[in-house]
Amino acid sequence: MHRFKPVGIAALLALVPMLAWAAEGEGGPKQATNWHAIVMFVGFVFLTLGITYWAASRTKSAAQFYSAGGGITGLQNGIAISGDYMSAASFLGISGLVYMSGYDGLIYSVGFLVGWPVVTFLIAEPLRNLGKYTFADVASFRLGQTETRILAACGSLVTVAFYLIAQMVGAGKLIQILFGLDYWMAVVIVGILMIIYVTFGGMLATTWVQIIKAVLLLSGASFMALAVLWHFGFSLEALFSTAVRVHPKHLAIMEPGTLVSNPISAISLGMALIFGTAGLPHILMRFFTVSDAKAARKSVFVATGLIGYFYILTFIIGFGAITLVATNPAFLDPVIAAAKGPLVAIKGGSNMAAIHLANAVGGNLFLGFISAVAFATILAVVSGLALAGASAISHDLYATVIRKGQADEQAEMRVSKIATICLGVLAIALGIIFENQNVAFMVGLAFCIAASCNFPVLLLSIYWRGLTTRGALIGGLLGLASAVIMVILSPAVWEQTIGYAKGSAPFPYENPALFSMTIAFVGIWLFSVIDNSRRATVDRNGFDAQFVRCQTGIGATTASSH
Amino acid sequence: MAGQSYQAIQRNPKYQELVRTRSSFGWTLTAVTLVIYFGFILLIGYAPKFLGIPMGNSVMTIGLPIGLFVIVSAFVVVGIYVTRANSTYDRLTREIVEESR
Repeated sequence: MHRFKPVGIAALLALVPMLAWAAEGEGGPKQATNWHAIVMFVGFVFLTLGITYWAASRTKSAAQFYSAGGGITGLQNGIAISGDYMSAASFLGISGLVYMSGYDGLIYSVGFLVGWPVVTFLIAEPLRNLGKYTFADVASFRLGQTETRILAACGSLVTVAFYLIAQMVGAGKLIQILFGLDYWMAVVIVGILMIIYVTFGGMLATTWVQIIKAVLLLSGASFMALAVLWHFGFSLEALFSTAVRVHPKHLAIMEPGTLVSNPISAISLGMALIFGTAGLPHILMRFFTVSDAKAARKSVFVATGLIGYFYILTFIIGFGAITLVATNPAFLDPVIAAAKGPLVAIKGGSNMAAIHLANAVGGNLFLGFISAVAFATILAVVSGLALAGASAISHDLYATVIRKGQADEQAEMRVSKIATICLGVLAIALGIIFENQNVAFMVGLAFCIAASCNFPVLLLSIYWRGLTTRGALIGGLLGLASAVIMVILSPAVWEQTIGYAKGSAPFPYENPALFSMTIAFVGIWLFSVIDNSRRATVDRNGFDAQFVRCQTGIGATTASSH
Repeated sequence: MAGQSYQAIQRNPKYQELVRTRSSFGWTLTAVTLVIYFGFILLIGYAPKFLGIPMGNSVMTIGLPIGLFVIVSAFVVVGIYVTRANSTYDRLTREIVEESR
């Protein structure tokens, strides 16, 4: 990677004048430029570029590019997985939700967490034993390569695309507020850094960016939660009773409220969160970075512990913000506060609750730290997404479908780097196009597609002898299509994004996973059972050999030597 | 594949034991997780006031320890599985792999 150095430096040089220019820009909805945050963020960028430089020298083969050569330890991978999951959306979004509605915020975080046990028991070890770089390796193990790879690549790319748009738009808005940078600049910086990390450092750099960010975020969130508890003499009673007193909903914040009013909606959302986790391509890919099934298992254990701990922290942070932010005029918009009360008057909206709390408990320096960590969080998550999307293009579509498995390894890596650059440019463009759109539904949609297309095909390919290529293809596409169509017909898109009248949405629930997953499973089952083709016999006969390898790991790819 | 064919491994009683115990344990724990989670969701959907019952004279409600229990239970069931897999399943797998050579 001789090209790395000049390109990396050029990119950095490009950043500096942008930051300085932003500092001089004035007015608008932006905040004053936050120098503490910028200095700390630039420090993070230098550190991670240094790691990318180191990783580039160890990223020469396809195995190293896609899976860091299987050389990541269980503990490291667990921290990285937790990093993939602790996105800016879950840190700022859930603490903001707790700030606005109290107990309801907990409901979301629990849903995000409970997917992990399911991944441990059903997916993690078979994935490691059967696959190499992408989950399509597993799904297509005994099925027709071309059809299954195309299906898996579609499922991966659509999931990645929606997730990526949501992250890019969120990044632009957040950075605009935190750093005082223009929206488009923030999106461009995120896109360029993501391209550099992934094309030069592959999975190794992406993993370490994720680990560093996870450690920074967990430390910062721990400090905030401790500071809140310290403020109340480590008495939960004092914290909660103060929150109940100052919050306009009073005692109602201590019990479930209106957020989950419809049980069908709640169950459907829960299914999307749980089974979507087990179908997200950038998460599944992480299981190929460890040496064996035992390390895969350990990584989920570490990740579950860290994510659970993190959600307990966000709950305390949300309540801390009710007591320390909503009571401090410095963080509130005086006009709105006079008209509608202090809680909703929070500057920048409820997603800023954790950020203002950082200022309240740790002053300007800590505010800068948390802002920089929030930026770093977005960078790390989009890098993982880009790598997963690029692998679907190069490993599944190019190497297997187009070149029929005959692709030269260097050519395959070249394709994945080109794909990363294209995805980066596309992400920047989409981020700018969707600036003023309501993209809140997109993360839910990504989870729903993962749960309705990727997960059923993956699960049944591992455990059901009767699955055939045709059944997987038709059922998977039905799941994908029904998820997308029902989301478009749901209130979030039909009413809030397209703008039809309230109550006119043809599909009444926010999340269709309950229905689209049922369609996918029934479709896969039906079209497999009635499949009498020659291919179907091959598919079914391949099950026993696959199952032995799945259970014992005999024949599985092992860690490559460095 | 060097060594035994997969048919020979399938006939190994240790392999049969591994598959039987691990699948039933894995699916049981999956069911436990889903019952805890969807039980919580149904409680929220149909009996939100139940979660709002205060604990003694405190403003804290029983919804708090129940929510905490759901979070901790996710970690605990994963821990139970990992402990058992590290001892029993890994030993069986190692023996099967060695006998297949």
